Amino acid sequence: MAIEIAEVRHIAKLANLDFSDEEMLVLSRQLNEILGYIEKLDELDIGAIEPTSHVTEVSHAFREDVVVPSIPVSEALANAPESREGHFTVPKVIG
Amino acid sequence: MQELFRLTGTEILSRIRSREISATETVRACLERIAAVDPRVLAFRTVFREDALARARDVDEALSRGSDPGPLAGLPIALKDILSTAGRPTTCGSRILAGFIPCFDATVVERLKRAGAIPIGKTNMDEFAMGSSTENSGYEKTRNPWDLKRVPGGSSGGSAAAVAADLVPVALGSDTGGSIRQPAALCGVPGLKTTYGRVSRFGLVAFASSLDQIGPFGRCVEDVARVLRVIAGHDSRDSTSSPAPVADYVAELPRGIAGLRFGVPREYFPSGLDAEIGAAVRAALDKLRGMGATLEEVSLPHTDYTIPTYYILATAEASSNLARYDGARYGYRDAAARELGEMYRRSRSVGFGPEVKRRIMLGTYVLSSGYYDAYYLKAQKVRTLLKRDFDEAFRKVDLLVTPTTPGPAFRFGEKTDDPLQMYLSDIFTATINLVGVPALSLPCGVNAQGLPLGLQIIGRPFGEADLLRAGAALEAELGFRLRHRPQAILH
Repeated sequence: MAIEIAEVRHIAKLANLDFSDEEMLVLSRQLNEILGYIEKLDELDIGAIEPTSHVTEVSHAFREDVVVPSIPVSEALANAPESREGHFTVPKVIG
Repeated sequence: MQELFRLTGTEILSRIRSREISATETVRACLERIAAVDPRVLAFRTVFREDALARARDVDEALSRGSDPGPLAGLPIALKDILSTAGRPTTCGSRILAGFIPCFDATVVERLKRAGAIPIGKTNMDEFAMGSSTENSGYEKTRNPWDLKRVPGGSSGGSAAAVAADLVPVALGSDTGGSIRQPAALCGVPGLKTTYGRVSRFGLVAFASSLDQIGPFGRCVEDVARVLRVIAGHDSRDSTSSPAPVADYVAELPRGIAGLRFGVPREYFPSGLDAEIGAAVRAALDKLRGMGATLEEVSLPHTDYTIPTYYILATAEASSNLARYDGARYGYRDAAARELGEMYRRSRSVGFGPEVKRRIMLGTYVLSSGYYDAYYLKAQKVRTLLKRDFDEAFRKVDLLVTPTTPGPAFRFGEKTDDPLQMYLSDIFTATINLVGVPALSLPCGVNAQGLPLGLQIIGRPFGEADLLRAGAALEAELGFRLRHRPQAILH
């Protein structure tokens, strides 16, 4: 199934990414090429097969609920582009 | 004495322990070698000069006091820049993490330090480990030490090149679809992708969480075994890490190939396979036969479906994992954005490179409403079929032998305009991540142009001990390291 430019725009919105019109054209062509290749999976009859999400045999990794030291607020904020009074700061949320 | 930088990790460890050389001399030799050669190879993003020398002094002091500084005492090791290092930059090859300084060490880094190993620095990689050439790094392009006009492979290209260029004896990489084994093959060094759950992923920047694993590169298989022994094992900070006991991989090595049955999957030798790679792998199979191994042809019938399955599942997981880069808590922020949504979009669009954006887009698409069943669910079902193929093969044999890559190191720019061609570089490696089993890439010869070629040995889940002892036995028989050296970086 071919993916239209309008749909690529919609996906970009979902992914929180901006693209120029030119980038959008290249991206659509590349995505279509990759999706075309992926269609190979349609050759398989997989109706009754169980999906595998994880190959690990560990299912529930329980541990004791004990308090362990955590990092101080100042360290947690050390990489923040902006912070104030012990909080991350962002531009206004509601316009 | 042979130049210090040419020694294997194993030789360095024994000479330090016997006080024939000091850890400080070893680290100095490494730093000098990096200063002399890395400007041409560009394997390192950061070098921990002072830290490394301080740690080396600690090891030397411990040895002179007569106390045990640990099984990797004094061993210089390079870390892929995807591993969190406390107080030291960790960029994951991305501009979005320029200037990011983690406040904690990855579990593997912690374990290496505790064992006396000396982290020398961080190595270059494809941005967020997405790529097969290290050309997708947001920083420099690492060159292949065998031919500086060619890529080292990827995404752990910096780590593979650092070991191949004799900058460090050992290094850590990470492997989501071939990112340790493919650069190992292209750079002519051994590299191991471990069983999913064998090594803690705590502090490994996430790409595709159900596929990512950390593993070592070394000068020789024994180096790989020594490092694995230290980094493997359960970690309560990674809920997918396995409680399975860690074998003494080094002690198992002398057993060689005793009792092991080898399988050769016919689908991994397709008609289009590079003729020289096919011939080198077949010659290695003959060596195995000569060593008394039994070989039998097996079939992994769903091999052709690997790359489509991989690129659905890996990009879906990536689109979710990379949602955390929002410019709010760390990483690049577009300071001009006036509202929150704009800040997210601008920060991500400027901070991420083209391949990362392409994969986030593909992953978002395959997970989006209306397409989930057609792509993601279907790929998960094919993953089951791939797993059954391997279960079936491992009923008959203990190990599988295949080529690691479909071709040798390619030239810069050769595949950058065609993402699909680049994705096909992983054709023999990506299934192994989908199935979760361990696999070792081992250099097995060079082609007419003198470029290294690699073979891959695949084992059962948690079968690293068998994998490594077979690898070491074959390595001794092939004698690659004694016969071939990367010409491009010789003085």
